[in-house]
Amino acid sequence: MDNQFEPDSKTLLEIYRRMALLKANDERSRKVIKTGQLVMPYYSYRGQEVIPSALSVNLNDDDYIVTIYRGIHDMLAKGMPLKDLWAEVAGRVDGTCKGKGGPMHLTYPAKGIMVTTGVVGSSMPIANGLGWASQLSGDSRVTVASFGDGASNIGAFHESLNLAAVWKLPVIFVCQNNLYSEHTTFEKATAAKQIADRAVAYNMPGVRVDGNEPIAMYREAKIAIERARAGEGPTLIEAMTFRFHGHVFGDADGYMDKAQKQAAIAADPVPALRAKLIADKIVSEEDLVAMEKELEKQIDEAVEFALNSPFPTIDELKKDIHGEVA
Amino acid sequence: MSHISANAKSEEAIAPVTILQSINQAIGDAMAADEKVILLGEDIGDAEEGGVVGVTKGLSTRFGDLRVRTTPISEQAIIGAAIGASIVGYKPIAEIMLMNFTTVAMDMIVNHAAKLRFMSGGQTHVPIVIRTMTGAGFSSGGQHSDYLEAWFAHTAGMKVVAPSNPADAYGLMRAAIDDPDPVLYIENLPSYWNPGPPAHPNQQVRLGQARVATEGSDVTIVSYSRSLNEAVAALPAMTEAGVSVEIIDLRTISPWDEATVLASVAKTGRCLIVHEAVTPFGVGAEIAAVLSSELFGVLKAPVKRLGAPFAPVPFSRPLEAAFVPSPDRIAAAAIELAKKG
Repeated sequence: MDNQFEPDSKTLLEIYRRMALLKANDERSRKVIKTGQLVMPYYSYRGQEVIPSALSVNLNDDDYIVTIYRGIHDMLAKGMPLKDLWAEVAGRVDGTCKGKGGPMHLTYPAKGIMVTTGVVGSSMPIANGLGWASQLSGDSRVTVASFGDGASNIGAFHESLNLAAVWKLPVIFVCQNNLYSEHTTFEKATAAKQIADRAVAYNMPGVRVDGNEPIAMYREAKIAIERARAGEGPTLIEAMTFRFHGHVFGDADGYMDKAQKQAAIAADPVPALRAKLIADKIVSEEDLVAMEKELEKQIDEAVEFALNSPFPTIDELKKDIHGEVA
Repeated sequence: MSHISANAKSEEAIAPVTILQSINQAIGDAMAADEKVILLGEDIGDAEEGGVVGVTKGLSTRFGDLRVRTTPISEQAIIGAAIGASIVGYKPIAEIMLMNFTTVAMDMIVNHAAKLRFMSGGQTHVPIVIRTMTGAGFSSGGQHSDYLEAWFAHTAGMKVVAPSNPADAYGLMRAAIDDPDPVLYIENLPSYWNPGPPAHPNQQVRLGQARVATEGSDVTIVSYSRSLNEAVAALPAMTEAGVSVEIIDLRTISPWDEATVLASVAKTGRCLIVHEAVTPFGVGAEIAAVLSSELFGVLKAPVKRLGAPFAPVPFSRPLEAAFVPSPDRIAAAAIELAKKG
């Protein structure tokens, strides 16, 4: 593979910084929920940190993403500020959506985070419209639609991939295959051996990649993003990963294979990249500790900010239903 | 004042247009005025004859295939693409060929288009128009003819309009395109070729503003879309029976013009609501509830609803004819209502 598709040391370190942020944020989210200070449906992404981190370093701030309820990792990697995020999931007025969206509907257009959906499969049809807008305006932006393996079995996936290919849209469809659609295993729910194969039916490139391997994930993301930006059309990436926790916080995950889960946790991609960065002398352990401390400090500040932010006033129920007619 | 009569003469000389032509004209004028107005839907391009009944004829030739884009038969993808383009500044007009096919796209319409403004705390909004046609009368049976406006009117964040004549078809379309939120625009299939005076160029009909079609003193009839014209057709029979009827064309179903309707019913004391949708849980129920609550003590008779029976739209001609509120049934209901109180 050409070197241009390999991350340089600086990029690899930045991928790690994003992964470390995501991991720390997930761990803190679960911890704060346990204290009872935060009440929300929480869909842990722990174990899936590589995918958005290796992908987002290839994106510009004004590229778009559309993601799903298990998508806070996608948003943080794309640049959602921690304070706006935490205040939102705490339902506070300083949240990015004034507390009116919550963890499943986070939006932050300043970083291209355009829609977060709580409905399986619904990120893809909307991503196409963003791609059409870029085609019309010629702004060279690309759009990433994130979704899970379960979403590849809903009709919207098929309608969207077909339309994106027919219209040659600058959209990258990123399936984060964590092997479970809610409680049901991938094999039981999905007839195809791999989701990437479904791209054949829509006449677009389809690639299955180890989504826990930062260099491979970076490469496939970069290839697809450059292809989209060059006007050559959409790509389907199936990024293989694993979800360390149940579908939603509080779910005892009795349906998950214990040995499979233990093996996945043992192969945790976050410490794996950390060890590689040190072994390859890209960064010292000391510097990483400092980086991680700084991330924890930023999260501390965000949590404190969120929990001290006021709740929205009741009149917000009447606002943002309709806009003002010019 | 000679110049006024000259104007009146020149207006008389203007040839009537159809509802179909008016919608086409409105979209074309809006696209010419604003390059952000874009179109998508099944068969809408000129290569596909500009739509199954030709509403969008000529537009892809005039504005190009990238702005007027024929889609696969994929209703979720159509509305999704409209939503995506709209949140970054475009004003898409999405055609869902038949109103029954909106059911295929309900997730996109109800969970996304209608709610993104609220759920994003106002950071994004969805200025799309969803055009769709429907109506009994063409023997199309149970999956091609339903009036489902109540579902959308029941969804916070949506607006719903249903013109009954060419000038309103033009004015409501222009207003719907400029509206900052999703608007469902309902076209009645059998009425497409109804002629009428054209709108003044660029003349909008503000959403939420009803029109008093006929003034009267005994009974107020509230209606919209094709049923409005059926009510107007019932006027001679009602007049002959000595009943003076005021007919209100709602034009916008949600938000509906409560002030105009309340003022009329306060005057007549009686109200008949007529729509082609089935009666139970319909738009008529909402209007009747507001009238009962606001005009209790003023009403001379209970508010009456006349809609379709609680059945799917039937195929067989006599059944289909009996399904839709006809001028005869509207006249009979209004005359009966006038006897009360």
